[in-house]
Amino acid sequence: MSIPAQDIAGPEILKEWTGADKTAIRADPALHFEVSQFLYREARLQDTHDYDGWEALWTDDAVYWVPANGADIDPERQMSMIYDNRSRIGLRIRQLKTGRRHSQTPPSQLARVISNVELLESESDDIRVAANVMVFETNLRGDTVWGARNEYTLRRIDGALRMAFKKVVLVNNNKAIWTLSFLV
Amino acid sequence: MDGSALPGRWDGLIEPGRVHGSLYYDEAIFREEVEKIWFRTWVYIGHESEIREKNDFVTKSLGPMPVLMVRDMKGEVRLLLNRCPHRGNAVCVQEKGNRARFTCPYHSWTFANDGRLIGYAFPEGYRDAPKNELGLGQVPRVESYRGFVFGCMDPDVIPLEEHLAGARRTIDQACDNSPTGEIEVTAGFLKHRTRANWKFILENECDGYHPAFVHSSIFSVSDSQIGSIYGDDAVCVTRALGQGHTEVDVRPEFRRRDEPLSWFGTKAAKLPAYVEQMNAAYGEEKAREIMIDGMPHVMIFPNLFIAEIQIFVIQPVSANESIQNVTAIQFKGAPDMNRRLRQQTMGSVGPAGFLLADDTEMYERNQRGLEIRDPEWLFLKRGEHRERQDEDGFTVAHSTDDLPSRHIWAHYKSVMSRPLKEA
Repeated sequence: MSIPAQDIAGPEILKEWTGADKTAIRADPALHFEVSQFLYREARLQDTHDYDGWEALWTDDAVYWVPANGADIDPERQMSMIYDNRSRIGLRIRQLKTGRRHSQTPPSQLARVISNVELLESESDDIRVAANVMVFETNLRGDTVWGARNEYTLRRIDGALRMAFKKVVLVNNNKAIWTLSFLV
Repeated sequence: MDGSALPGRWDGLIEPGRVHGSLYYDEAIFREEVEKIWFRTWVYIGHESEIREKNDFVTKSLGPMPVLMVRDMKGEVRLLLNRCPHRGNAVCVQEKGNRARFTCPYHSWTFANDGRLIGYAFPEGYRDAPKNELGLGQVPRVESYRGFVFGCMDPDVIPLEEHLAGARRTIDQACDNSPTGEIEVTAGFLKHRTRANWKFILENECDGYHPAFVHSSIFSVSDSQIGSIYGDDAVCVTRALGQGHTEVDVRPEFRRRDEPLSWFGTKAAKLPAYVEQMNAAYGEEKAREIMIDGMPHVMIFPNLFIAEIQIFVIQPVSANESIQNVTAIQFKGAPDMNRRLRQQTMGSVGPAGFLLADDTEMYERNQRGLEIRDPEWLFLKRGEHRERQDEDGFTVAHSTDDLPSRHIWAHYKSVMSRPLKEA
């Protein structure tokens, strides 16, 4: 029985389903510690709905991206669940702060764990980071567990780390998902 | 389950302006809807631009059932059922792609993309098998209107254009906003799951009463023109278009403003390339009219919602669960416009959208509310006293009135009252 060649997608399937390989890693224990602490702080601000504290982490040229239907879609051509520039991040926060964002009134109760923090090679002074995250959410509808592989670009401004780019690749982003109106 | 065995059953659940809560949660009613609505009337499947080339395919759904929308090797659009006639396995697990044939992984039965069985492994074991009867199942009726592909499991269904009734004008209106007269659906779908009956979504789409309250959070922090459309003194109307199709016709408001692209919250000067293309395609006078009227806001029963700049495809899962599939409409050959259409769509809809997250929260609260059994009925009489006929003979009412729900339920009742077909 012969199998036609075009039916065997091979490694391309893996790339399509998991995103590009990101194996280049920097060894820098002090920076790794500082970055990890930053990510934990961001997680805490999100879990506790400290909207102003979270918004202050972003740089002026920030991009906050939650793609749909894969890890490496082109956000300038394809739909993403969130693809915010700095101004739209601000709008998102202002909406939450009205108290009339019904899907967050009452707010989701959240606990998230960030792990597998790796420093990636960077071609500039920006710090590139990969991490995995699990979020437990409970709200009026019920309990939901979210899992994602995140990528960040951090930048040191006046001595402190800030977030210039955050990409949240929900592992089920090709499926139908529940409302996602907390800060992921 | 046969409605004919219970004469008057639907009269007991659906009255003018009042419907019984069980219509939204009863699993037996849901199964009957699958047979009588989803498998017997026209259902929107997908758009021809999603399968532009020969051998392109994309996974879609017809009610709760998955279908493969395929452009076969001869260029014909088909809706194949993804079930191997051998043992029921899936012949395709990819979301989309380009292939001339599908091979079942279980025993390697292979099908052409027109559905024919073209080979199986170790064929000597099937000396007398009726190979031409063992092709993939197909949705028997497939018709398109201006690129929008609909399917129906009933071979005797009325022609699609008759089913579309007054909604044809709205699809034409949408296509006219493209300088090429063509819409494309190429940006990929956001898939938003909700623990609510599909009819709560259906009725919400042309409910102009809720935006001022459900969406007040985003309207209060952004530049919003919503008050003039869905306010108490709005000049916009709701309209019953026949066959269960409904719209909020916002043209009266935009005609009053007399400003091209006001419907899109922008000005002609901000989209010079698009405006130039429109002028070249239609002439300045006609182009100006189109750009003042803007895009339609129409819910085509049971599952296609053209929401100005997006399309939503409603997918029922069970009595208590549904999926909203949504994407930005794209105008073929208008990149500056398309970028804005995508950006605005990504902001407003999908699981994290400024608007749809809150609409969806409302559906879920409605659904849970039905567990409370007093009162058992939903009240849909808003604006009954101010319904009137327009110059085309369609019923219209104020933009905040319940006319769309009343029309949907009247159509629903007529469809559900038909006896089940003999198998």
